[in-house]
Parts: sequence; C-alpha cells; structure tokens
Amino acid sequence: MSFFSFGQSAEIDVVLTDAETRKKAEHKTEDGKKDKYFLFYDGETVSGKINVTLKNPRKRLEHQGIKIEFVGQIELYYDRGNHHEFVSLVKDLARPGELTQSQTFDFEFTHVEKPYETYTGQNVKLRYFLRATVSRRLNDISKEMDIVVHTLSTYPELNSSIKMEVGIEDCLHIEFEYNKSKYHLKDVIVGKIYFLLVRIKIKHMEIDIIKRETTGTGPSVYHENDTIAKYEIMDGAPVRGESIPIRLFLAGYEMTPTMRDINKKFSVRYYLNLVLIDEEERRYFKQQEITLWRKGDVVRKSMSSQATIGAQRFEGSASSESALEKEELREDCR
Amino acid sequence: MADTIADTRRLFSKPQNLNDAYGPPSNFLEIDVSNPETVGVGRTRFTTYEIRLKTNLPIFKLKESRVRRRYSDFQWLRGELERDSKVVVPPLPGKALSRQLPFRGDDGIFDDSFIEERRAGLEQFLNKILSSSSNSLPPASDVTWGLYEFKDRVAGHPLAQNERCLHMFLQDESVDKTYTPSKIRQA
Repeated sequence: MSFFSFGQSAEIDVVLTDAETRKKAEHKTEDGKKDKYFLFYDGETVSGKINVTLKNPRKRLEHQGIKIEFVGQIELYYDRGNHHEFVSLVKDLARPGELTQSQTFDFEFTHVEKPYETYTGQNVKLRYFLRATVSRRLNDISKEMDIVVHTLSTYPELNSSIKMEVGIEDCLHIEFEYNKSKYHLKDVIVGKIYFLLVRIKIKHMEIDIIKRETTGTGPSVYHENDTIAKYEIMDGAPVRGESIPIRLFLAGYEMTPTMRDINKKFSVRYYLNLVLIDEEERRYFKQQEITLWRKGDVVRKSMSSQATIGAQRFEGSASSESALEKEELREDCR
Repeated sequence: MADTIADTRRLFSKPQNLNDAYGPPSNFLEIDVSNPETVGVGRTRFTTYEIRLKTNLPIFKLKESRVRRRYSDFQWLRGELERDSKVVVPPLPGKALSRQLPFRGDDGIFDDSFIEERRAGLEQFLNKILSSSSNSLPPASDVTWGLYEFKDRVAGHPLAQNERCLHMFLQDESVDKTYTPSKIRQA
C-alpha cells in the first residue's frame, strides 16, 4: 500500500441518462466564452451515472465514501468565499471502502426544484451543477458538471399597455405608448411617440434597452447598468401632432428574463429608455421598466387567448368575433 | 408547432391636423432691427433703431411689439445679460470711437453706410440672444433633462429667455436702468 496518495488516483465522468435526447442551451461564462450545457427545467428529474476510472488499473483505490450532489448556488463576485446554496441535494453512492477496479454508479435526483434561472452577470452568478466526489483522507477527487436552467412562464393574464404624457412645461410635451408592459424574449415592442408640443429643435430620437443588475442589500446596494440596445426611431425635427412608430424586435438581443430579488441576493431588471436629442446636444429622456419573461417552446397558447390579443389591437372598430376569425385563418395558412 | 406570427402592426394614432403640420411652429419668433433715425442737433445727436418682435412663445407678454432703442441701450442690455445669465453673450458691433473724432471727411457715426453696418450687427446680436442656442445653459453633451409626468416648473429651462432686462428692452416703452434684475415667470 502506497504511503503517498498520489500512488493511485481516478478519473470521474458524469453522464446523464438522457444525454442523447436532452437539449443543450448556450450560456456565456464569466470570462465571456460561450458554451453549451444541458438544459433543465424546474421539477425535472436529474439522473445518470458516474464512471470512476482508476488511473492505475492494477492498484486498489482506498476512499472514505463516494457521493454525488446536486447544487444550486449564488456567488457574489465581491464575496467569492461565500457560496449561497439554495438547492443542495446529496446521494451517497458508496460507503467508505476500496475500489479494486473501475466502477459505475447510478444516481437519480427525482423532480428537483430549480426555482431560478441560471445567470452569469457582471457581479453575480447563479449556477446549478452536479458534483461527484470520491472522498479520501488527504485529498478528494471530484468532478463538476454545470447545467443550465431556464425558468418558463406562460402568457401573463394581465398585460396592460404603458401610456404616459411627459415633458417639460412649455418646451416639450410627448405622449408615449408601448403596447405591453410584459414582453417575452422573442417579442416585439410596438409603440408610438405622439408630440403634443414641440418648442425645442429636436435632432433625433432613440430608444435604448437598459439592463440593470442590482447586488447587495441595505447600505451596500450596487447597480450595474448596461445598455443592451440603442435603436434610432426618428431622424429630424417633429412638430405638434406627429406620431412616430416604434417597432423593436427583442429576439436579436441577448437578454434574460426579469429576475426580482433572487433569494434576496440580486435582481436583474430591464428598462426602456426613450431619448430625444436636440440641436445643442441636450438629451431628454424617459425611462420605463418592462418585465421580460421566457416563453416555453412547448407551451401552446389557447385559441381564446390568441383571439383576445388580436381583439386588443382594434380600438373600437372590429368586434372580437372577427378577430377570432382572423386568428383561425392565420393558423390554417401555415 | 410554429409560433403565431408576432403582431407588429402600428398602434392607432389620430392623423395630424393640417394646421399643426403646416401652421406656424410652436416656437415662432421673428426679430427685426430697422428704420434708423437720427434725432437731435449738434453734439446731442444720436441714432435710434426700431426693434420689431413677432412671436407666439408664451413667455412674451406681447405677441407683437415695436420699440425704439439706441446703441447705448444695447450696451446696457449686454452688460445685464453678461452679469446675470449663465450664457456667453454674443458681441455687439463696434463702438466706432475713431468715427467720433473730429476732422473726419465723412459723417462719422451718422454716416449712412456705418449706420447700416451697425443696424445689421445689432439685428444679429438680438437674433443670437433669442435663438434657443445662446439663451440656455452652455451647450454640453452631458446636459440631460428627465421628462416628468407632473408639470413642474423646471429651473434653468432649455428655452430660458426669461431675463427681465431682455423683456424690458424688447417690449417696454422705455428702458428703466434702475430696475430690479429678476427672472420672468409665465407671462
């Protein structure tokens, strides 16, 4: 028997049961690299096996136990030592003993709760991973496998439009309208800016999408703002009575769903920032929060909710019945 | 299996009123300096200029005004604005001291061509002051205004033009140099 533990070691390999069929999702890691990971949803079972392969097949491997954990944790970059685990499940695979040959162990975490979406941000990251460990007296052998979790929502019951009149007295009055307050990640922001009074000489107008990541609590709250998109919607000087349309496709931008007070540790919120610039480079802005959510591919909207959405477009003209007909027609045409 | 095509139709907006589209702008302002007249005799002679203002800006009490002012009135106005407002005040046409020396071949400061030159310079001076660019906070790319829902009287309004001395100069019968400098609120 070797006195030093480097005499025998092993490699661990984690393989999921449904590795062939399960979808993978792209996720950008802390260093900016994009990688693909197995995609899971809340409530799904995580099962598979671990292969422990002895480095030296003729020697025995003594160990203090073999286990596998499923962990969901939040890591604040300014406090790396502290991992806040909000999901922590463990399965013992082998009692302390020795391995005489390479071996495979099955595991299953049934219907695991995965309450939050995987997130890697500027100051915080939330991740889920499997960690298989062969415990030893001096140093453990372990292997981690990260997975990505997406949180899905269905069409919100209430999704009112945002409509407001704002401005500077005697100088600029506008009414802005966005068709919804909650948008899914592949949605389109449809809106308009109506000029009620224009006394300044406007050069152009743009709409920006701003992501704000908030970490910390109480006195040490920190906001990190990031402009995800800048989209010019008007070039030139408008006058009273003019209406400028907005049509902004969200699918082209890398965004996450709105995350509010996740485990009391951080938030990720999105804002639409309407900016007008005048001839003297002065900027006039109005910021408005929107809620982003992730629509499931598997979720099918009911016909009636589609018809309701169609009917909402018609302000007092067509009845909801004709809207339903139009919706049915669209489905058939495909 | 395919998603419904997103509804990207424009929101309903009422068509623009033709008067709004083609009518006078909301910040209409015209200023002219014209009709120079030399009054008085001998050493007490001086030239006055007519200043005509036409505007629809709410800050002006009169939508049309016509006053007569002389060069020293302009100098007074410039001094007041330089002291009170935070902007860079444009220059006036020259004092022409050399023209006031004796033994000149021409009419000195009452020479027609000189008066015309001065008239044009005074008109340019007033236009610069009244255009939104000069009568505001110094232009800077980081000057930002939040747009608010409730109507607030915002200090340092982008369309300032609210100096009492300027309004007195443009619209009052005469300039009272003993006035109290102040800012005009809504007319």
